[in-house]
Amino acid sequence: MKVTRRVLLAAPGALLLPAPTLADRQSLAAALQEFTRGQPMREGRVRLDVSPLVENGNAVPISVAVETPMTAADHVRRIGVFNERNPQPNVIIAQFGPRAGRAYLATHIRLATSQALVAVAEMSDGSFWAQRVEVVVTLAACVEG
Amino acid sequence: MKRILFALLAYCSMAGAEERRSGLLDMRPEAQAMQRDDSMNPGMLWVLEGEALWGRKPSPSAQSCADCHGDAASSMRGVAARYPAFDQASGSAIDLAGRIIQCRETRQAGTPLARESQEVLALTSFVAHQSRGLPIAPPEDAGMRATREAGQRLYMTRMGQIDLSCAQCHDDHAGRRLAGSIIPQGHPTGYPIYRLEWQALGSLQRRLRGCMNGVRAEPFAYGSAEFIAIESYLMERARGMVLETPAIRP
Amino acid sequence: MARVLLRVPTSVEKGAVIEMRALIQHVMETGYRPNAEGVVQPRDIIWKFTCRYGGEVVFNATLSPAIAANPFIAFTTIATQSGLITFTWEGDNGFAQTETRHITVT
Repeated sequence: MKVTRRVLLAAPGALLLPAPTLADRQSLAAALQEFTRGQPMREGRVRLDVSPLVENGNAVPISVAVETPMTAADHVRRIGVFNERNPQPNVIIAQFGPRAGRAYLATHIRLATSQALVAVAEMSDGSFWAQRVEVVVTLAACVEG
Repeated sequence: MKRILFALLAYCSMAGAEERRSGLLDMRPEAQAMQRDDSMNPGMLWVLEGEALWGRKPSPSAQSCADCHGDAASSMRGVAARYPAFDQASGSAIDLAGRIIQCRETRQAGTPLARESQEVLALTSFVAHQSRGLPIAPPEDAGMRATREAGQRLYMTRMGQIDLSCAQCHDDHAGRRLAGSIIPQGHPTGYPIYRLEWQALGSLQRRLRGCMNGVRAEPFAYGSAEFIAIESYLMERARGMVLETPAIRP
Repeated sequence: MARVLLRVPTSVEKGAVIEMRALIQHVMETGYRPNAEGVVQPRDIIWKFTCRYGGEVVFNATLSPAIAANPFIAFTTIATQSGLITFTWEGDNGFAQTETRHITVT
């Protein structure tokens, strides 16, 4: 099909990932710094679930779960989710207490382009735990102008 | 040789079984889950709105939809599967949104509703939702034949500066990719749909206008005879497929 | 009033951890998006979601423009006693909505 091939060729490659700029990384770092008040973050205990490949960035399901007994003495106080390359680094910050039973949060988010997402949990002992996930957002072919 | 023939036959019958396929199955599992679980499906917000409108009088002296049609769960079950239908009054085909607009004007003495307005989308999605899970069953009456044939001709007609017909993408190249997206077969199984691209609910005609813009054609007007004809053909083409309203699509 | 879809169990055993889901109709206009005329649309988002159980806050979240249109939020709580669970959304342009559900704990 000659004509169709023309359209297919006109569609740019979806998996070309331009590297995040210095400004993107700095804005994410600043948001994380503010959330942790400069405390170090350790990897682990946090599980950020998001599809590694997203076909539409307008509503991307994510969930965050943290390993914790959720008791009065040992629980998650806050969970923050941050992104690298949206116009703003903040996505959501949720506050928890032992009455939550579990440290769990799910929502649908926007991702402007392929980028990293970071979920951070603040524990009642003041420690911070995090997971970082890279997400590829493919280009929609039939975007309405 | 026999074995090859057998394998070929098996392949052909498999291809037959997979011949028609809802766009639901072309989406990633997360998007499918969003459609299948009502508590995550934003399209259900319009269905809820439609349910409220169904019972509300458009003006104090007018009748509500429910005053005539009663409980939509029984009276509207299967209705969306049979639209567009032949309208005796006008002697032409009418789609579901058109019927709702007509009802409001002629029987509920209400202010006319605009195509693609939130009210029409809400009522259409509520009515269509009553047919979720039922097979598409276009009416057999002779009055619809000419409309469907006109729709099929339009479906096959190259349009716009890119000079593409619906059929070239959705018949000849369905299942292949256009940029990152799978080209769906284009079956109208879940309208009105919550399209992630729109971040809102919209009609099949809005979707068709998007396609026409995509091939750089001047889109037909909402409610035009051309769109109702294409819609009639698409429903015939999807006869027997299961309605999903409100569907999620990328 | 924006349409709201809530999934809250109506009857549960005491001590059970229950999941609640909330979906609300809202455009979540980011404040970065130009309209058809090229003019950037002012921000119009829900920025706060709070869940109270028997009057006590059990979950709250600060939302940003990165939350999808028609915000969906799921979280958990422990079924402590029968009573009212309220869900409150607050946003730009004075947006405020509260929905209430009754839960029976046995």
